[in-house]
Amino acid sequence: MTTTRDHVLARVRRNQPAWRELPQLPSFARRADGRLEAFAAALKRMGGSFAAAPAGALDAFVRARFPDARVICSATPEVAGTRSTAAVRDPRELADVDVGVVRAAFGVAETGSVWLSERELGVNAIAFLSQHLVVLLDPEAIVADLHDAYRAPGFGDARYAVLMTGPSATADIEGVLIRGAQGIRSLTVVAVSAPAAPSVDAPRRSA
Amino acid sequence: MSRVDHAEASSRFIEAKDHAEFHDKRLWDLRKKRDAETQAIPEWEELRSLASAIKEHTLSHLGDYLVEFERNATANGMVVHWARDAAEHNQVVYEILQAHGVTTLVKSKSMLTDECEMRPFLANRGIETMETDLGERIQQLDDEPPSHIVVPAVHKLRGDVAEVFGRTIGTDPGNSDVAYLAESQRRQTRPYYLKAEAGMTGANFAIAETGSFVVCTNEGNADLGANLPSLHIASIGIEKLLPKLEHLGVFVRMLSRSALGSPITQITSHFRAPRPDSEIHVVLVDNGRSDRLGMDDFWYSLKCIRCGACMNTCPVYRRSGGLSYGATYSGPIGVIIDPTFNLRKYSSLPFASTLNGSCTSVCPVKIDIHEQIYKWRQIIAERHQLPMVKKEAMRLAGKVLSSPRLYRAAVEAAAAGIEKLPRSLVYNPFNAWGRQREVPAAPAQTFRQWYLKHRRGGSR
Amino acid sequence: MKVALFVPCYVDAFFPEVGIATLELLERLGCEVDYPLEQTCCGQPMANSGCHAEARDTEALFARNFAGYEHIVTPSGSCAHHVRDQLTAIGQTAEVTAVRRSTRELVEFLHDVLGVREFPWAEFPHKVGLHIGCATLRRLREASASEIGEPAFSKPARLLGAVKGIEIVHPERVDECCGFGGTFSVDEEPVSAKMGHDKVADHLAAGAEVIVSPDMSCLMHQRGCAQRSGAPIRFLHIAQVLNGSAA
Repeated sequence: MTTTRDHVLARVRRNQPAWRELPQLPSFARRADGRLEAFAAALKRMGGSFAAAPAGALDAFVRARFPDARVICSATPEVAGTRSTAAVRDPRELADVDVGVVRAAFGVAETGSVWLSERELGVNAIAFLSQHLVVLLDPEAIVADLHDAYRAPGFGDARYAVLMTGPSATADIEGVLIRGAQGIRSLTVVAVSAPAAPSVDAPRRSA
Repeated sequence: MSRVDHAEASSRFIEAKDHAEFHDKRLWDLRKKRDAETQAIPEWEELRSLASAIKEHTLSHLGDYLVEFERNATANGMVVHWARDAAEHNQVVYEILQAHGVTTLVKSKSMLTDECEMRPFLANRGIETMETDLGERIQQLDDEPPSHIVVPAVHKLRGDVAEVFGRTIGTDPGNSDVAYLAESQRRQTRPYYLKAEAGMTGANFAIAETGSFVVCTNEGNADLGANLPSLHIASIGIEKLLPKLEHLGVFVRMLSRSALGSPITQITSHFRAPRPDSEIHVVLVDNGRSDRLGMDDFWYSLKCIRCGACMNTCPVYRRSGGLSYGATYSGPIGVIIDPTFNLRKYSSLPFASTLNGSCTSVCPVKIDIHEQIYKWRQIIAERHQLPMVKKEAMRLAGKVLSSPRLYRAAVEAAAAGIEKLPRSLVYNPFNAWGRQREVPAAPAQTFRQWYLKHRRGGSR
Repeated sequence: MKVALFVPCYVDAFFPEVGIATLELLERLGCEVDYPLEQTCCGQPMANSGCHAEARDTEALFARNFAGYEHIVTPSGSCAHHVRDQLTAIGQTAEVTAVRRSTRELVEFLHDVLGVREFPWAEFPHKVGLHIGCATLRRLREASASEIGEPAFSKPARLLGAVKGIEIVHPERVDECCGFGGTFSVDEEPVSAKMGHDKVADHLAAGAEVIVSPDMSCLMHQRGCAQRSGAPIRFLHIAQVLNGSAA
């Protein structure tokens, strides 16, 4: 008895059109400079905010930016917040998070996107349940475009990887743009150089 | 099954003037945004050629890529299922949910699940599905199908949404402020993500090389649904395959630019393996796709990445609305796919087109949409699915126009008719041309008559 | 240069002045114009309705009438497109292939073959909205399409622009289809009429006094809409303007 799998594959193989060649992807010429500026501009266009590294401590910066925040959950040792993702057992616990803080692996100048996987997020849901998200990004870790982004080695290991570009949004009702749809209401990228070596306390649990 | 009468449905759509005007302007605006974005990329036409070639290659090797995807996805810890048709898809999904004791499912936008009519199937078996995409949710609450594959409620004005929400989720029906309505849906839906036992998504792309799939959204709903419950089901049409990760550089660059005129969706997620203590089930669905793959003229429609750019540029779609097509897929792509689901039911759709061809120009994967529309017309005529009146008119036209003598007699009779009949007879209910337009006046002589009088010679 | 003139059926029947202007213009430019007397139609109405078989005899008649001419010119972009790209209901003999290849729309012929750039006998001191039919635009590639990022060009505009006194004004939706679409105009009358009325309103809003096009079929439809709504706008085929026959 043929399984559905066999049935579908047999039909597909029988009906496949004649062989078409796979094209080689060209490398599109890109300017090497100006990536940070391009990234910041693209991010703003997509509704995100860009901030230079603050003079003082990052914790103070986050509190000043979100003075009404009661729960600040951090996935990075660079910011203490009020809670660490390392302590989270179930992602639903993050439902009360006002501000999530993470460090992105890299950014993409073309689109203003930041790349995050379970390693950077600690708990994936932090990027969607938090009301606001603060993303630390090393200004040296910005690739030119999406072609470069898809060459990133992280895709090979990550169970879950997301390119986030600004806050959640919708224009489903009369084309009116609403920033802050069902996910984060705001996304702030702070250009902070990555720490010299990975901290042994860096949250590695993925949930 | 009765034929969809697109013209009749459009007539009702156009009568609702405010709605029709907004619909046309809104989608034209998306077309303009698409133009601005794509024309800012010097290599856009090259990307289109690449995307088309990658898809054609993939479809010509689809069997191998499906096997490669399944192997890698399975090695990653995902469970891969197959479904030959809509019924089997629904049954497979139901069995997965039942095995996990699921009674509430949160779901992000998936045209495939609409195509399979999954929601009522599950509802009849005690599983509540909540659409979480705002546009799909509006339509679900209004018990109406989505009208556009990217912006499902584009045919509604804010007052309509206020009325629907007021009636169903307890908002103030008199408050049509868009931010208020969106926030209301956010607050109403959020508890469901937290309590749902399962989340369901579609997939924009499935990568054979990595055994992963990609979900492109703006609202955050798909990723809430996928990252909170410990069961994630993804329904994926078999034509969504791409060979390698690097190909996403091309397709992710093109998708949102084509759809909405933005460089990328706010959230582009890549699922390669389940979280620890969670499961991901992928359902690979055929439902007529393998049949279409074997159609020499029409398999190109399988390249479609569901961007909706063809709908936005189509002047007919903009003025008739997606619901007038009576199918899950509407607009130009719907017109060339739907006849494969039911030739008779959808036989009027390929005629809901002026063959202007702008759809073909904007398609990121270079589907020759207008050419397929032309070919579908031939098939419909050959398979006797043309309305009788039209078939007869064409038979008569073919007879008259191939005979110089009959042609000249007909021209003279038409001129006399227009000239001599009273206006009330010329503009009668059978004269469709004359409902909203004047018929051309009959000239004193035809060109041929003038030529014979004023030039000697004629033909060789 | 010897040229065979194909006058589309609806031009012959309803707009002979367009055929006359075309013929006179070609003669002014030194062409010896033949008009095969047994011509009727190119077969497009049947073919576009999917009625391939019903188009066969008409297409055969067309091919017979125009066999042997090096240049076949017609004041209709959609007809030229049909002949060049879709005349396939008949066997593709060497003769048929030659007829297909040799058929051009008037503007193409003037611009590409004769290389005409001036019309010193013509004067048209009016604001003109130029309409290019979709087959003429996208299939014959007589102008750049707004949805494609390509260097702007327009053969009809180039020719019209040479006419003394003319001012070309642009509607907001430069190349949106006007909604004629052949039998679409009758089969999908509600949408077709809406598109036609929208197109006329767009040109009016841009200040056009006259809509000029290489496509009389589009104009016939738009004019029908304008006449019904009482819109104060005239319609002329490009041949009439270039020939100086309509002031």
